[in-house]
Amino acid sequence: MSVSSNNNNFSKGTDLAVILLYLIMVAIGIMCIFMVEYNPNLTWSNSFLTAKTNYSKQIYFAIFCGFVAIFILLIDSKLFTALANISYVLGILLMLATFVLGKNINGSKSWIPIAGGFNLQPAELCKIFTALILAKFIAKPETDFTKLKSHIIAGMMIAFPAVLSIMQHELGLALVYSAFIFAMYREGLPPVILVILLSFAILVIATLLLAPTTLSIILTALAGLFIANMIKRFKRNKKNILIVLAIWLVSFGTVRFAVPYIFNNVFECYQSTRIYSMIGKEYDCSLNKKSASSITEKKSKKPDDYNVKQSKIAIGSGGFWGRGFLKGTQTRGRYVPAQHTDFIFTSLGEAFGFVGTFTFLALYLFFLFRLIRIAERQRSTFSRVYAYSVVGIFFFHIAVNICMSIGLFPVVGIPLPLISYGGSSLLTFTALLFILLRLDADRQMVLR
Amino acid sequence: MSMYNSNRGGIIQIIIGIIFVLIIAQLISLQIFSSKYVLAANNNAIFRKIIYPDRGIIYDRKKRALLENTISYDLVVIPNEARGVDTATLCEILKIDKAEYNKRIVEVIIKNTRVKAGIFEPFLSAESYAQLTENLYRFPGFSISERSIRSYPYNTAAHVLGYVAEVDVNFLKKYGDQGYEMGDYAGMTGLEKQYESILMGQRGVKRYLRDNKGKIQGAFEKGEFDTLAIAGRNLFTSMDVEVQQLAEKLLQHKIGSVVALNPKTGSVIAMASSPGYNPNLLTGNQRRKTIGRLLTDTARPIYNRAIKGQYPPGSTFKPLGALIALDEGLITPSFGYNCFGLYTSCGDPRKCEHHNAGHAANLQLALAYSCNSYFLQVFRMAIDNPKYRDAKKGYLKWKQYMNSFGLGRKLGIDLPSENRANIPDTAQYNKDFGGAKYWNSCYMLTLGIGQDRMTATPLQLANAMAFIANKGYYYTPHFIDSVEEEDEIDKKLLENFRMKQEVTKIPTEYFDVIKEGMHDVTVFGTAAFIKVPGHEFCAKTGTAQNPHGKNHSLFVCFAPKDNPKIAVAVIVENAGFGSTWAGPIAGLIMEKYLNDTLTKESKTKVDYLSNVDLMPESIKAWYIRNNKTEMLTPIEYNNDELADVWDMEMISENTPIKAKVDTIKKIDTVTPPAKPVAPPIKNKKTKEQGLNPTMKKKKANSKINNVSI
Repeated sequence: MSVSSNNNNFSKGTDLAVILLYLIMVAIGIMCIFMVEYNPNLTWSNSFLTAKTNYSKQIYFAIFCGFVAIFILLIDSKLFTALANISYVLGILLMLATFVLGKNINGSKSWIPIAGGFNLQPAELCKIFTALILAKFIAKPETDFTKLKSHIIAGMMIAFPAVLSIMQHELGLALVYSAFIFAMYREGLPPVILVILLSFAILVIATLLLAPTTLSIILTALAGLFIANMIKRFKRNKKNILIVLAIWLVSFGTVRFAVPYIFNNVFECYQSTRIYSMIGKEYDCSLNKKSASSITEKKSKKPDDYNVKQSKIAIGSGGFWGRGFLKGTQTRGRYVPAQHTDFIFTSLGEAFGFVGTFTFLALYLFFLFRLIRIAERQRSTFSRVYAYSVVGIFFFHIAVNICMSIGLFPVVGIPLPLISYGGSSLLTFTALLFILLRLDADRQMVLR
Repeated sequence: MSMYNSNRGGIIQIIIGIIFVLIIAQLISLQIFSSKYVLAANNNAIFRKIIYPDRGIIYDRKKRALLENTISYDLVVIPNEARGVDTATLCEILKIDKAEYNKRIVEVIIKNTRVKAGIFEPFLSAESYAQLTENLYRFPGFSISERSIRSYPYNTAAHVLGYVAEVDVNFLKKYGDQGYEMGDYAGMTGLEKQYESILMGQRGVKRYLRDNKGKIQGAFEKGEFDTLAIAGRNLFTSMDVEVQQLAEKLLQHKIGSVVALNPKTGSVIAMASSPGYNPNLLTGNQRRKTIGRLLTDTARPIYNRAIKGQYPPGSTFKPLGALIALDEGLITPSFGYNCFGLYTSCGDPRKCEHHNAGHAANLQLALAYSCNSYFLQVFRMAIDNPKYRDAKKGYLKWKQYMNSFGLGRKLGIDLPSENRANIPDTAQYNKDFGGAKYWNSCYMLTLGIGQDRMTATPLQLANAMAFIANKGYYYTPHFIDSVEEEDEIDKKLLENFRMKQEVTKIPTEYFDVIKEGMHDVTVFGTAAFIKVPGHEFCAKTGTAQNPHGKNHSLFVCFAPKDNPKIAVAVIVENAGFGSTWAGPIAGLIMEKYLNDTLTKESKTKVDYLSNVDLMPESIKAWYIRNNKTEMLTPIEYNNDELADVWDMEMISENTPIKAKVDTIKKIDTVTPPAKPVAPPIKNKKTKEQGLNPTMKKKKANSKINNVSI
């Protein structure tokens, strides 16, 4: 199959199921934004034409994204490998540029104003570029991804834009970069690392949940038991005992110093509060040194768990069948903050109830599994790594966003892919997805 | 290498699957198994607004409204919008200081938050209302809201009508299941309480969506769940406002009561109790000032003596005693008793006011002269009735008669807390005299002249007159003759009032004798000087001894003699002879009702009687001690306090808001077109022309009285 023949007929080899799902999702998204903004006193046709409402803007974004998608499908797939490095560098430069040109939106200086009153968030686009460069790096014949050295290089590629995002006060965007772990795991990252990361996560949560002294005693007891067990089984291997001691030391350090340090000195007060509120605890902001000065200013604001509480009320009040289209009282009353962006899932949950949310999740699950199937059918490592990156990014967004809406995860500003309002977000996901589809159309080729 | 890791795709799928299952589990818990979120959502977003219907109106027999609804104005404020207020001017209008202003704003915020309107000053006076509407542009965030309150255009019948007040915790405990909520108003006494369910109508509930800032977004579900408010229905009575006003006026500066019934129907024409109060004093902002004063007054102005006061009936009982003896066949109309001024048959002599020979030669004469000896004898004959051979059995039979006449039991009038007064039981005497065998008719001898332990309420006495006037039956006394748009439940409620109560089978000829005797009372007897121009009437005076001071002055009567249209009972406490005070009052009441007007002579009599001060010294002393020299009689309040109410009417007449007043519309449409009810503004005129001059005189007089005390 030649490249030119593909160019003549781009739909050939393109996965139509994914395109269909994509269209459904975007449509659902516009509907959800419409529900949030619906005002019976305004005629919708009028507000649509004047593009003053978010849902009409989102429709224009979607149309624009449609053109972008078609454009991507018409590009030669080799261009993506060729431009991987240069686009990554460009992305990083753009992110750095925000520190100079950046416009402050909602407290984060990560937007660059472009013509027509629209703003661009380079961190969003950088996800694509990172996916491309990661794919390119792993696909290189000289890369042996079983080696630690390769892991570290890949990790640094991912971490660089993530750190820049943190510096822009976009913690959510930075977290998204952890989604590349899927791709890396698929390509040979040892499962031990996953286990270690998981254990660490459990440890951090335990630190928040339990009193530090109790936890220290538990950890010490566990370490003691392990060592005792080893002595009992006559495995007096000095190395093993040292490993257990090292783990104990790291855990102990995490519990007593690292976690409190991060919460009090690295995170902003509101971030710490959100994390604490998720596990049902109150964070004492006076401990926080970073935002000690700004406490007094923010006192009049609504409490931080207000978002989650209202979000849960909205979703919970939907019940089994939901309140019905445009009948959600919490949505109409604007009780959920940022409902058209981060908390868009609530409007769906309230209007269509469990039936709606379950169907929606099933669609998403089908979508993700379809992408994994696409990933597995690639002959080219580049395409496969890229595909898993896409799966990871999508999954991470969905999981974190929905978990945050239903109170299973602290509130971080992460949009729901293809649903949440926002041009940058929609464009990023469209590009991510259609580049994959373009690569998939050429799945017989071995790209480098 | 890639082939080596191909199973990892499956692991990734499993991880994704697990997370999704977790999410769905949480969704199940949120959306299916927790009902609290729906509740929380409704509390959040649905604002229930209670729509209060207009209360029903009560009309007199000529379709004049005894009470109606008027609009009162409250000054409300939305604290968040109250910026740049000209506080100095506002404080000046409301006569408060800056500190009070701030205090009230804080109170509103505590009660209703910053974004919702709260009441800053309730029940604006006419003056403040006018000034505020003029200057409202200077007070951003402030607005004037209206609410419906009761008003009483004739300032009369406070005891009968009762009052409406905000429900309290006790009320809610009792009637909470009927849908009352904190902040509701309900009838607390009188007809307002008795007919609460009819007068109240049905409250409507409107549901609004409100947003996170408490602003109303629009109707919830397009009003699908709203219920409409249904206006309370009107009540029609046979009361006569003018007679009622006259009765209250005549009782001024006295303690006592007047009850006038229509014997043909049992409808109450007038019911007054003195001291009374102006019902307008218990509405709007007047209430706060007045209620405490009313409750602590030693003369108990809130107490309705007409249905709760227990008085020994004295000689007014005599016709009934005679009826029993006649019916039992113990005497005939020609039965005579040789009275020489004392009754000595029971040892201890009882005095009779008359001692000329032959004043008790027959029943008719005995009644006319009110011979004590005669009726003591008749009473003894009834108790020692040979038919029963036992004083106890005789007494029980006598008591049975009394109860069937409506004495010693509740008549069932449509007012709350009627008193049954007392016709003693044999048990009471057994206890008094140490056992059934130790007493006979001599022991409770004075029952025969309406004394001893016998008491009756003015209402019972009036009803007994109706019974005699009708020659053997009566209708349960009641106020409400009919209800607007009467339904089955109302019919059932009023059923008892429309049923003839005929419990005795006394032949009518006996009644004729009694009537003749009572007529003679007015011709040459104890009430000979009381005349009702153009009508012959029957009456009986009473001068009841009582342990608490001077004799009570009583008078019962009905008129005209041959076709009775009104039966009256009047009691003036501690006033002396029945013919001196109670008699003339009853005469004027009958004249006013039957002739619809008073002669010039009678008018002077009214002026005289209404100014006579018969207050017991002990009560006067209390007034002086507590520095409350003014009495709370209604008419006196016409001048000052009520000026506000009427001025309010004047102002609202000129403002567009008035156009919205439902009550006016209702009056125009609901009442029969034959006799349209005068709009309130007209009432004002009559008030000014008709009553004001006398009122002023009254003021002056009361001052003189106070000085003389």
